[in-house]
Amino acid sequence: METIKMKNYFFIDMGVMLIRSMRHVFRSLDTIITVTIMPIAMMLLFVYVLGGAIKTGTDKYVNYLLPGILLVAIANSAGYVSYRLFLDKQRGIFERFHSMPIARSAPLWGHMLTSLVSNAISLVVIILVALLMGFRSSAGFLSWLAIAGILALFTLTLTWIAAIAGLSAKSVDGAGVIAYPIHFLPLISSAFVPTTSMPAGVKAFAEHQPVTPIVETIRALLYNQPVGNQIWVALAWCITIMFCAYLFAMRVYRKRL
Amino acid sequence: MQNAIRVKGLQKSYRQLHVLKNVDFEVEKGNIFALLGTNGAGKTTIVKILTTLLKKDGGQVTVNGFDVASMPANVRQSISLTGQFAAVDEVLTGRENLVMIARLRHLSQPREVTDDLLQRFGLSDAADRRASTYSGGMRRRLDIAMSLIGNPQIIFLDEPTTGLDPEGRIEVWKIIKELAGSGTTVFLTTQYLEEAEQLASRIAILHEGEIIVSGTLAELKKLFPPAKVEYIEKQPTLEDIFLKIIGNKKEDK
Repeated sequence: METIKMKNYFFIDMGVMLIRSMRHVFRSLDTIITVTIMPIAMMLLFVYVLGGAIKTGTDKYVNYLLPGILLVAIANSAGYVSYRLFLDKQRGIFERFHSMPIARSAPLWGHMLTSLVSNAISLVVIILVALLMGFRSSAGFLSWLAIAGILALFTLTLTWIAAIAGLSAKSVDGAGVIAYPIHFLPLISSAFVPTTSMPAGVKAFAEHQPVTPIVETIRALLYNQPVGNQIWVALAWCITIMFCAYLFAMRVYRKRL
Repeated sequence: MQNAIRVKGLQKSYRQLHVLKNVDFEVEKGNIFALLGTNGAGKTTIVKILTTLLKKDGGQVTVNGFDVASMPANVRQSISLTGQFAAVDEVLTGRENLVMIARLRHLSQPREVTDDLLQRFGLSDAADRRASTYSGGMRRRLDIAMSLIGNPQIIFLDEPTTGLDPEGRIEVWKIIKELAGSGTTVFLTTQYLEEAEQLASRIAILHEGEIIVSGTLAELKKLFPPAKVEYIEKQPTLEDIFLKIIGNKKEDK
């Protein structure tokens, strides 16, 4: 009886959690700047300042750049997930939720859902700005759906990694540190420039890290080119990392709280 | 009379540290029970076990008739916890905090319940301000108001007045007294002896992992030799002076 009742409420409870942390996102100017304004500024910088000197073999640099900018925006949001989780843990909000008759994992899933929804909003804003800057795509509905799916998967992967950091951190600074290595991944990939121009060592790293196949897949989908093996490499990276991070984060969550 | 809380032979260790050795006590329904102890005596550990946040190592613990280990969901239905640090969401307003908890308790009219509590706790004027702008006393009041949503039968208050100024403390005391008056069982931990004396109908003292004495205040007083009658001049305490001055100031306004 009891368990049936709890299950019915799981999604309602998660909805309450979602509203709560979406308010956190919208009321933090800092978060909005980092996840939306910064990537847009970066896009302007790369297209109008550096873009002229970068040879990508595409007609418009903004078309080449956009997938990478989207991943940068998602990467920038990861640190805030750690930060919000850490504060919930430290300030006793999780204790309050856990002493209430709600599903134990609802608070954590609420943060995951918030990450997905807030990233979706910021990515739409960035794409609209890119359209103003001349970005055009020949992708059909199904391709856009596939792009949305890959971006959601990438978001969840980074969010679960960020959750581990937030839940196990001892200080606010520690919770945010995870953001730095994640920020670097899109920079050392084919997101901004083709890997062919890189020195051998860097090139090897760039071509064998998760961001490059994701960027290449999204690019192929945007411009109706064959996606080839890249999509499977991208999915394998995301799903493997996400699954491990999920298991680990859940273990920390159950143990610490 | 059925007991709201029964604890028998409770044990808990953190690695080598044997925090709770053999804790026994019972709390009657509708009473205010105060658990006294120095910092680090294990008061918060007991609260965490009773509120299903922490697993016990041994012993029997029932809350509202439900075993905390085997029926935690039923226990959570019956209780509410106000932890040591006011667990309010500082980014949300007072009203949003209350509505959030009312939704999580699955009440049919979260807004009405919220308006009611804001009124009752004197937070109506500050309802739409973020909780981060509240004073310590207001934050604590909001915290306790959040705990009352859904009318839980047993309320746990872990050091509810620590860090409050004298005015805030008296406000919280008033709230606790009203609660018990309406039939709610209150489990209170404190390190202030005066607080236990003011509020509790039964008091237990936790020391080195065991309850060394428990009983009513009158019973505890009997443990000591009868009071010697001495005539002393009653000087006002600094607290009396402080509250008097503050009171006058308010009347002037």
